[in-house]
Amino acid sequence: MSVHTVDDLHPIYGIMAEFETPGELVEAARRTREAGFRNFDAYSPYPLHELDEAMDLHDNRVSLFTLIGGLLGCVGGFGLCAWCMAVALPLNIGGRPLVSVPMYIPITFECTILIAGLTAAISMLMMNGLPRPYHPVFNVERFANASRNKFFLCIESDDPGFNRVDTARFLESLDPEEVAEVAR
Amino acid sequence: MQQPVELPDRIEVGPVIDEGHSLASVSDKIGGIVLKRKTTLGWIFGFLISFVVLQNLMASATWLFLKGVGVWGINIPVGWGFAIVNFVWWIGIGHAGTLISAILLLLNQSWRNAINRFAEAMTLFAVMCAGMFPVLHTGRPWLAYWLFPYPNTMDLWPQFRSPLLWDVFAVSTYFTISAVFWYVGLIPDLATLRDTSKKRWQQVTFGLLAMGWRGSARHWQRYEKASLLLAGLATPLVVSVHTVVSFDFAVSMLPGWHTTIFPPYFVAGAIYSGFAMVLSLMIPLRHFYGLQDVITMRHLNNMAKVTLATGLIVGYGYIMEAFFGYFSADVYEKFMIWNRMTGPYAMFYWTLILCNVITPQFFWFKRIRTNVFVLWCLSIVVNIGMWLERFVIVITSLHRDFLPSSWSMYWPTVWDWLTFTGTLGFFMTCIFLFIRVLPSITIFELRMLLPGARVKEPIAQ
Repeated sequence: MSVHTVDDLHPIYGIMAEFETPGELVEAARRTREAGFRNFDAYSPYPLHELDEAMDLHDNRVSLFTLIGGLLGCVGGFGLCAWCMAVALPLNIGGRPLVSVPMYIPITFECTILIAGLTAAISMLMMNGLPRPYHPVFNVERFANASRNKFFLCIESDDPGFNRVDTARFLESLDPEEVAEVAR
Repeated sequence: MQQPVELPDRIEVGPVIDEGHSLASVSDKIGGIVLKRKTTLGWIFGFLISFVVLQNLMASATWLFLKGVGVWGINIPVGWGFAIVNFVWWIGIGHAGTLISAILLLLNQSWRNAINRFAEAMTLFAVMCAGMFPVLHTGRPWLAYWLFPYPNTMDLWPQFRSPLLWDVFAVSTYFTISAVFWYVGLIPDLATLRDTSKKRWQQVTFGLLAMGWRGSARHWQRYEKASLLLAGLATPLVVSVHTVVSFDFAVSMLPGWHTTIFPPYFVAGAIYSGFAMVLSLMIPLRHFYGLQDVITMRHLNNMAKVTLATGLIVGYGYIMEAFFGYFSADVYEKFMIWNRMTGPYAMFYWTLILCNVITPQFFWFKRIRTNVFVLWCLSIVVNIGMWLERFVIVITSLHRDFLPSSWSMYWPTVWDWLTFTGTLGFFMTCIFLFIRVLPSITIFELRMLLPGARVKEPIAQ
């Protein structure tokens, strides 16, 4: 198998291997990690939970941010009701309490959901570094299939163990369909 | 998402996705509807009709802005006419979309994967239609922003103890979260379209919309977490929205509205009408776009079962309403329910019972659940029945209140009908545009249902 090289003069983003099945990709990711690589990524057309284990991914910050967002929404929603009705515009209606907690629950609840939901979506996108329309991996022509039916693994050149020749040879040993250098 | 569990009784009705599909074929089939397929004459015809009907809304809204709400049939005592009937009906229809996309995701029902995108889009468009009515009903829609709390020179704040303000928060939150959930679900499919489209403008458009999604495992992990969280948040939200809508009625002191059964009964009714609407729209969609292999009989069968179950809850609600009226020993409550059943609007009430209590009983039979044409007809009947339910609740409770001297009748005017049919046109126009420009079925979730899509061997060997 020949490696599709970019050109020898310019630095590259990494080296990418293409696989036919999800099983091969998961196995390749596991062996890449075992070989000591850390700056690599796997690409699949749908989520593969086995990759989370194989690549040791467990980032729970989205949940944390969502919790914080929800709490802020909760406090903010109740605070909005209470401040408006008791401080900004206190109206004595038949001597009823100004801070009438049960009546403020629906809006408190809606604000909790609103802020938590927006936080979940926005924090997911931000931590994924999206939106980012251009990325070096798109330079590999066959990578268009990553969103269709093929599975890819890319070892990035900023990994300490990266070597243009040896890493390509290592990826070839994983029995991929094709190996290609990724132009930066 | 785990492997779909195939129970024996489900296999009889068929699999979630027909055999013979591969990762490439589902992508090309669903994406091809948007990218490759020529705009069919049927689509143009349907779109044009919807667009013409949409003009009803434009004309009636213009007339309303010129003349005021007097052009509608509302009066005193019936101040809540078509505007509120249609508002509740539309928002109820939206609820099935969230139920399918969020609650069934949490319950790990893999069959939802083929229909959730479409159902969610339906939610968005239905909530848009719903939201128009209260705004038009204010009479001065250009001041609709007064509904929101904002610092103003009048030094006034909205009344946070009013269910009508809860509605503002509930509906706007519902729309926002539904839109976010829907868009997040679209991102991977937009990336598929970006990568498979051949035309430059399509690549650029879908590329911008996909935000550079590249299917990285690190991204998928956070993506799945965010989806699950959004589903978990949308689940109580959808229940809360129709509960708050029912509070608009239940918190008032009016016989026929002031009952504790309203929140659960409204939520069940919402899901009931929503599933009926999904069936009404999905059956033609799968027929005209040849999607019988991804929207299978199992989907239709399951949706009919959910319609039956929620229909029974709604029927229980009707019985309880009558029982509460009788058991209250309150002359006004008793009169209200008697007037509802035998008064001038009795025909509406009994048609509603026919549509909502008798019709769903047909769904007990598998032969009917699996007969596509009959199922479609019954779903239309259910939609009409649920619209009548809202009409009966709003109008018959109001038109004969405590003092006979202030009794009156309510009949919609031509402007009421034009506004209502106009929103139907708006809804269908949006649906037609949606199925033309975006993938109406979640491609990446379909891939997960395919045989061979899972990693067969355990990784720790």
